[in-house]
Amino acid sequence: MKRYKYLISKVLWASLSIVFVMILNFFLFRVLPGDPARAGVKDPRLTAEAQDAIRVRFGLDKPVINCFESINPLKFGSCLVNPLDTQFFIYAGNLLQGDLGTSYHTNRPVKDMIGESLVNTIILIGFGQMIAIFLGMALGLIAAWKANTAIDFATLGFCLVAWSLPTFWLGIVLLFAGSTWLGLPVVGKFTPGGGLATGLPLFLDVGKHLILPTLTLSVIMLGEYMLIMRSTSLEIFSEDYILTAKAKGLKTFYILKDHVLRNAMLPMVTIIALNLGFTVAGAIQIESVFSWPGLGLSIFEAVGRRDYPMLQGSFLMIAITVIFANLLAELMYSYLDPRVQAI
Amino acid sequence: MDYYVPPTGFKSVLLKLRGNWLAWAGIVMLLTTVILAVFAPRIAPYDPYADIKVSIMDIYAPPSAQHLLGTDDAGRDVLSNFIYGARVSLIVGFFAAFISVVIGGLIGISAGFFGGKIELILMRFTDIMLVIPDLPLAVVLVALTSPSLGNIIFVIGILGWTTTARLVRSQTLSVKERKFVLRARAIGSGNAHIIRRHIFPLVLPLMVANSVLVISLAILEESTLSFLGLGDPTMVSWGQMLNYAFTRGGVSSGAWWALVMPGLGIVWVVLGLTFLGHGLEQIFNPRLEAHHLSVGKNMVVRGKEGAGDVQP
Amino acid sequence: MSSPKNPPALLEVRNLSVEFMPNKNTHLKAVQDVSFSLHEGELLGLVGESGCGKTTMMLSLLRLLPEAGRITGGKILYRNQDLLDLEESQMSDYRWKEIAIIFQGAMNALNPVRTVHDQIAEAITCHELKTPKEKLDTRVNDLLEMVGIPASRGSQYPFQFSGGMRQRVMIAMALACSPSIVIADEPTTALDVMIQAQILELLQELSRQLGLAVILVTHDLGVVAEICDHVLVMYAGVTAEYGDVDTIYNHPVHPYTQNLIKAFPNLANPLDSLISIPGYPPRLDALPAGCRFEPRCLKAFDRCKIDQPPVYELKDRHQASCFLVEGQK
Repeated sequence: MKRYKYLISKVLWASLSIVFVMILNFFLFRVLPGDPARAGVKDPRLTAEAQDAIRVRFGLDKPVINCFESINPLKFGSCLVNPLDTQFFIYAGNLLQGDLGTSYHTNRPVKDMIGESLVNTIILIGFGQMIAIFLGMALGLIAAWKANTAIDFATLGFCLVAWSLPTFWLGIVLLFAGSTWLGLPVVGKFTPGGGLATGLPLFLDVGKHLILPTLTLSVIMLGEYMLIMRSTSLEIFSEDYILTAKAKGLKTFYILKDHVLRNAMLPMVTIIALNLGFTVAGAIQIESVFSWPGLGLSIFEAVGRRDYPMLQGSFLMIAITVIFANLLAELMYSYLDPRVQAI
Repeated sequence: MDYYVPPTGFKSVLLKLRGNWLAWAGIVMLLTTVILAVFAPRIAPYDPYADIKVSIMDIYAPPSAQHLLGTDDAGRDVLSNFIYGARVSLIVGFFAAFISVVIGGLIGISAGFFGGKIELILMRFTDIMLVIPDLPLAVVLVALTSPSLGNIIFVIGILGWTTTARLVRSQTLSVKERKFVLRARAIGSGNAHIIRRHIFPLVLPLMVANSVLVISLAILEESTLSFLGLGDPTMVSWGQMLNYAFTRGGVSSGAWWALVMPGLGIVWVVLGLTFLGHGLEQIFNPRLEAHHLSVGKNMVVRGKEGAGDVQP
Repeated sequence: MSSPKNPPALLEVRNLSVEFMPNKNTHLKAVQDVSFSLHEGELLGLVGESGCGKTTMMLSLLRLLPEAGRITGGKILYRNQDLLDLEESQMSDYRWKEIAIIFQGAMNALNPVRTVHDQIAEAITCHELKTPKEKLDTRVNDLLEMVGIPASRGSQYPFQFSGGMRQRVMIAMALACSPSIVIADEPTTALDVMIQAQILELLQELSRQLGLAVILVTHDLGVVAEICDHVLVMYAGVTAEYGDVDTIYNHPVHPYTQNLIKAFPNLANPLDSLISIPGYPPRLDALPAGCRFEPRCLKAFDRCKIDQPPVYELKDRHQASCFLVEGQK
């Protein structure tokens, strides 16, 4: 099918998913019993007027959404209420303006705090994924080529173990080993005060702090990628066109490079896309362990501090990022697979 | 996707299981964990839920004769906590996975069997659930409700069905077109009957192999939620042990016993399930491993034909 | 036998035997003691029922057997060089450049993610490394035109071609390095009759013009009769009969060959009844102790059950493995 048609359908679908997530996000935080502002509001030290004032400030006096008769305590409003004056549309309106609310903890706009975090998470995931993908494809291919030999079994063993490790635990172990035996920094993005540096010293400082977190993420993802690459390669090895390539007189190295690798990239891209949720879960755990100031740490801290606007904003941001990354992967796939192209 | 028809008779599965050491390793690992969990009160030297009086000396005490694996941040015996911790992991794992597999199976069979609009809606829904990252959503759900054991089981369960649904739908689609199903229709069998007697038995083996994977994912997710502070505070779990050890000075105290052991427990049971899962997959979905790029074989052998002494 | 009157053979296969060992304990004799020769410009038809070892033998010539295959004996002399003596790295130099192969069923024989042009060019650059780009492109385009595919379609991908066209691409690719021998393994199965005729004509034409030797593997006797010079009839891995096309069709001596010819409809006598050969070829793991054709042979006698007949040389380049011809010359 034509590429632009393919892309349009994917973009539409991604948009639909984002809208779904936004709606889900809203209802989760309004409907579930752990209602954010109510938690703040129930503080017995507040007077009744103060509680009302808070309620008004956070728009909790308005009905959640209209056309459902009030089902206490959910407070759905009747159809006569102006739909735009319901919590849902206020929320939607705010979102479209980029307003994600105000943090209970710092009183700063959530979107500012998230902006900084998002970049850090992308740095962590970016490096970790690159290493894992590169090594995963290379080692998986080698393991397939040497299938059923000692190298292969060792590789398979490593993959199965790596896959079974809880990410946070691997982080803890590496943190312990790294700080005790290697003297690597294990907390945060900079050494205290280092955020003021620029240029090379800044890069080196951040780089040193990145080593352990990135290593953790790479090891976890590596296991899965190697496994998939290995089984994909084995399947490709049995294809007729590999026999043709061999009959043409190509040496094994070139067959692996020009025929196997190229064809293996398709399922790999699909797997990487499928694993984005897994990657994000890993990032959350790693950031929590190493106090790396990304979106994952934001969620972790927001949970601990009951900072619900922050939690809601972080969740939305993470979900949207994943949907977007998924879209990018599909875009890449459309370039790799010639069947998504011309007539 | 073309699925190999899995052995359906219980006997034939057992037969194939015999030679599969991967599956056996997994079963052994799983069994040891189950025994640990079931007989915890008999095996553990101390009771983690009892009140104890501790002094500073008892906190993060290194392994000794009285405490084979040392003590944690509250002076409790790590070994006993470890043994009891197996319970939460297994309970959450099995029950959450059960919920996921049932949901996934229902959605998959419905989508595959009925097709049309139903399939479209169900599969689109599955696609959305696949794209939304699991852990952040689980974190939000548990944080907004309450971190009780039942709740955790429920949340993990309702988020973990997507792989099962896809798998089951695929298999249902391929089984649906086979001759005996068409014949059953021709003689007027109703849908429920066809699903129950023809489709389900061929889908079940794949679901079984898949559920092993789902259990391992559920256990990993539970331990992660507990580590992030969302575990059931009234029960000992491995994830929670790690949460306490990490956030309450375990690293700076050098208490490696409290940081390493609970993780090893998780790895043990998940690895066992992974072995079992791969072993089962080999049985239900075998793949030929002969191909064109076989390495290191000397194809040419001189001498009498059928000489038998062929170089490998 | 070469002499001043007979030019030396391009390819001489002597007593080739191939086995399969799917596991340590099983030896399946797929090809046993087969000999034939091939000269420049000659078209050899290799005929036999499915599973008689035709494809296995062809793969052995290029040493492309799958993992479980073993060449257990014989010589493959290409221009007097025994290919079985070569190291794998040397062998890959011979592949395609000297001997090329067109596989049966080209559906998946082309890499789906690379253009057709690329794949043909790859065959050339593999053996003639330093070809400048323009020359390379011209060469590829010429090859495509030769098989009747417009050069502009070279930038397309295999999935955009029909089965017949893909087969033609395979032929173009096979000729890319101007080999001396082309093995065409059932090149026209699954193609319609018109395309079939075109392809066969093409092969014949190339053989005439370029002196290309062709081994045509097929089970279509009509095609063989039309374009081949020599015929090798195989049965269950052994040579049933080998000779020039006139002898095989008009004076066959092996009962199997005789039945094959009889089973083939003869337009000259449309009212003759068709005779088929009852039974099936033996399985490789259940070969009879004596002659492999004996269970289905109407002329078999006692000795056929006990001993395997060797391959008898009757006259120059006529062989048959049947006790009935023992003693004839």
